[in-house]
Amino acid sequence: MNAQPFFLDHIWLIPMFPLATAAVMLFYGRRLSNNIVSWLCSGSVFVSFIFSLGAFFQIVAKPSAARVATKVLFEWIPAVPYHMLDGRLAKFVADWGFQIDPLSCVMILVVTGVGFLIHIYSTGYMAHEGGYYRFFGYLNLFMFSMLMLVLANNLLLLFVGWEGVGTCSYLLIGFYFHKKSASDAGKKAFIVNRVGDAGFLLGIFLTSALLGTIRFTEIGPALAAGGFAIGDPRITAIALLFFVGATGKSAQIPLYVWLPDAMEGPTPVSALIHAATMVTAGVYMVVRTNAIYQLSPKAMGVVALVGAVTALFAASMGVVQNDIKKVLAYSTVSQLGYMFLACGVGAFTAGIFHLMTHAFFKGLLFLAAGSVIHAVSGEQDMRKMGALSKKIPITYWTMLIAALAIAGIFPFAGFISKDLILGKAYEKDALLWAIGYFTAGMTAFYMFRLIFMTFHGTSRVDREAEHHIHESPKSMLVPLMILAALSIVGGWVSWPEIFGGNSHFINFLSTVVAVPHEARIEPLKGASSRLGEIHLMLLSEGLVVLGILFAWYLYVKRTDLPEKIAKAFGGFYRLVYNKYYVDQLYDAMFVNRAKDLGLALGAFDRNVIDGVGVNGAGWLTRFISNVSIWWDTWIVDGSVRLFAYIVWCLNIPVRMIQDGLVQSYMLLIVLGLIGFFGYYFYVAHHAIR
Amino acid sequence: MVPVDQYLWLSLALFTIGVIGVLTRRNVIIILMSIELILNAVNINLVAFSHMFGTVDGQVFAIFVITDAAAEAAVGLGIILAFFRNRETLLADEMDMLKW
Amino acid sequence: MVLNSILFYFFAALAVGSAILMVTRRNVVHGAVYLITTLLATAGVFLLLQAEFLFIVQVILYVGGIMVLFIFVIMLVNLDISLLQYQFNRQRFVAAVLALALGAQIFLAIKMGQKSLFPQASVPEILPKNTEAVADALFGHFMLPFEIASILLLVAMIGAVVMAKRRV
Repeated sequence: MNAQPFFLDHIWLIPMFPLATAAVMLFYGRRLSNNIVSWLCSGSVFVSFIFSLGAFFQIVAKPSAARVATKVLFEWIPAVPYHMLDGRLAKFVADWGFQIDPLSCVMILVVTGVGFLIHIYSTGYMAHEGGYYRFFGYLNLFMFSMLMLVLANNLLLLFVGWEGVGTCSYLLIGFYFHKKSASDAGKKAFIVNRVGDAGFLLGIFLTSALLGTIRFTEIGPALAAGGFAIGDPRITAIALLFFVGATGKSAQIPLYVWLPDAMEGPTPVSALIHAATMVTAGVYMVVRTNAIYQLSPKAMGVVALVGAVTALFAASMGVVQNDIKKVLAYSTVSQLGYMFLACGVGAFTAGIFHLMTHAFFKGLLFLAAGSVIHAVSGEQDMRKMGALSKKIPITYWTMLIAALAIAGIFPFAGFISKDLILGKAYEKDALLWAIGYFTAGMTAFYMFRLIFMTFHGTSRVDREAEHHIHESPKSMLVPLMILAALSIVGGWVSWPEIFGGNSHFINFLSTVVAVPHEARIEPLKGASSRLGEIHLMLLSEGLVVLGILFAWYLYVKRTDLPEKIAKAFGGFYRLVYNKYYVDQLYDAMFVNRAKDLGLALGAFDRNVIDGVGVNGAGWLTRFISNVSIWWDTWIVDGSVRLFAYIVWCLNIPVRMIQDGLVQSYMLLIVLGLIGFFGYYFYVAHHAIR
Repeated sequence: MVPVDQYLWLSLALFTIGVIGVLTRRNVIIILMSIELILNAVNINLVAFSHMFGTVDGQVFAIFVITDAAAEAAVGLGIILAFFRNRETLLADEMDMLKW
Repeated sequence: MVLNSILFYFFAALAVGSAILMVTRRNVVHGAVYLITTLLATAGVFLLLQAEFLFIVQVILYVGGIMVLFIFVIMLVNLDISLLQYQFNRQRFVAAVLALALGAQIFLAIKMGQKSLFPQASVPEILPKNTEAVADALFGHFMLPFEIASILLLVAMIGAVVMAKRRV
């Protein structure tokens, strides 16, 4: 495109900066000092952030209807002709192209912004770890992949980024690869992701076969031109296949099992990848292709239901976990469920809004948890923490702010985004709203359980660790404070209209959502027989406060109660504590079956291929060689020896005659003479004259 | 006058005895002497016919035969001596090295 | 003449008898002696056939030369063992048969041509001097064979010396 504003024209540089530094890490990282590595890698992300800001402002400068800019670097897959499902000839084109619109703007700002903060944090957190340059190289590679994902202008390039973030997730989860649990977790993440990716790929194929294009800008017109009825099974199929991919990447039921294990990775990794950015890729993808979803109410229903149930399910598991990071992991799964609930009920923009606020407070929660772990010398079990609030104040206050935000206390960021979702859910389906409502209460409960167990009550920290409790270095604290600030004000970009705001954010994103009649979230004015928006807000606030109080009661006031409750609900407690045995179920159903297949194939290889094939071939060769030996010995040599034998046989009379005795020779002379004489005298005596 | 065929019978008798001696005896010296006997038989034959025809050709031939016999006996005995020095044997049965 | 016949039959019997004896003696020296007698008998036969030169040559050369040589060699060679060994070899019977067969064949051959052997009338009793005649033939017509025979003798001489020489 010509004559585009600078940042829009150079949008392709945004992923390239982190890629460049990742490449530098690959080739030279080992030789560089930690200092240089920190400056280089964080610096490149910062530059990308600046560029993202620039792009944002230049997009905003455009009129609202024209807020789409594309930049194609080069044609990656040239037009390959193929037949669509209905027989029309189409060309499969995938270019290395970038698309800027409000959605991708929000995403790149979140990714580069939060990513930059986490890079800064990592310089402090990973300062004493081995493989420093490797960590930052992977981190930058991840930034590149994520940015490619959100900036792609077609499904295939998005998939490239999709796979890239999956790979980086594997690399970073298994960063401490000498630990078996870490490398196992990395493998689990990648393999479970793969299942989702298969669905996603099938969705892409079906899209190109049905619509003839995979470019986002062309999908909308193709859908309109195709004359698809609402609820067309093919469209539903595409939507559901995409959603399978989303469940894998964004850890929904049934492919969420990798996310709790992913906590084996370093805490900055958990913060960046498994809270703020990678896991949100599924949500992004659903919103990006919302035109397809809008045409299939069934698919949207599935999305909403799965999201809601996952939210509840994960929250229940988060309530009983004792590892601080695991609680946060289940919390992430739960919040992602909220985002999908939002998409499922049509509030795509609300889902993205929650994505953004979640990035702030979940990122902050993870980083602060890392700070806590750092303070208590590596202890992650909350049962061994307590009374830390006075000892690590900054960590405490920032984490508290994040907890308030996630619980949904007014006026923190989480309140606004969660309420938008619940409001829209209530409009669509009261059951979905009820699930979300109840889950919000649980969220508040387990979050404050975490806060109270970690920072309040009596100190249960180990003797030696207690002496070393210290606040983290500046490099770790500053990002915490920035994120805390964002957690407070982050939601104010879309202040609800009933309080006098004008939903800037939602409006900003509205152009991204396809069907106009779902664009704006109408405030519930004048709904007579239903609860108004304000009533819903009050209800949820009430439940949240109840949850916080309950947590305070159990974990500050009467700390003996939790154990008694656990004993009382013994079986149920054990069920939830063991994560409903889902991992074991998957093991039995899939993992061990796959291993069995491997063993069977191994046995087949050993016995049939090696046994019959290789050994058989060996045996056959030996057999043939024996035949050959026999042939050579008896036939070939034999014929030679036969001739020799014949000559020998002919020789026998001659041998008998030649005995070296002169007299026997003489005898033969006489014999010959007799014959000679006989012939000449009695047969041919005419010859004698 | 003795008819010529009587000389021929004599010659034949000596020849046959000589052949028997050559073929039958083991001692090589006896064999050589038998050969001389054969040559003598031939000489008698030659001279008898020379007498019958009245020429001396037969006798000249007989002289040559005698000359030949002398030479051959000399060389033959030399060989026998050499062989005897090597193998300590005079028996023709034991002189069988010249075979495969 | 009757004397001729008697002498002939005498010499013939002597020759054949000595020959048979020679071929059958175990002792080689005896055999040699009997050969000498055979040769002398043959010389007598030559004389009866009026071949005087040949008679003398036979006696001097054959008996006086060749047989002496034989005796020398017999004496040089140790013959005690031979008195204890078998005389006749393995092929004696076959050999005897074959030799007699050969003899029979020649007998038959002579018998067949016997008719043409009696030009009795043209044989004179006294022939001109035999030695001169032989010399004429030998140095005249048969000069070449004579020279070749002398070379033969030379070669034989050398050969005999080389053969019988002790290794140096």
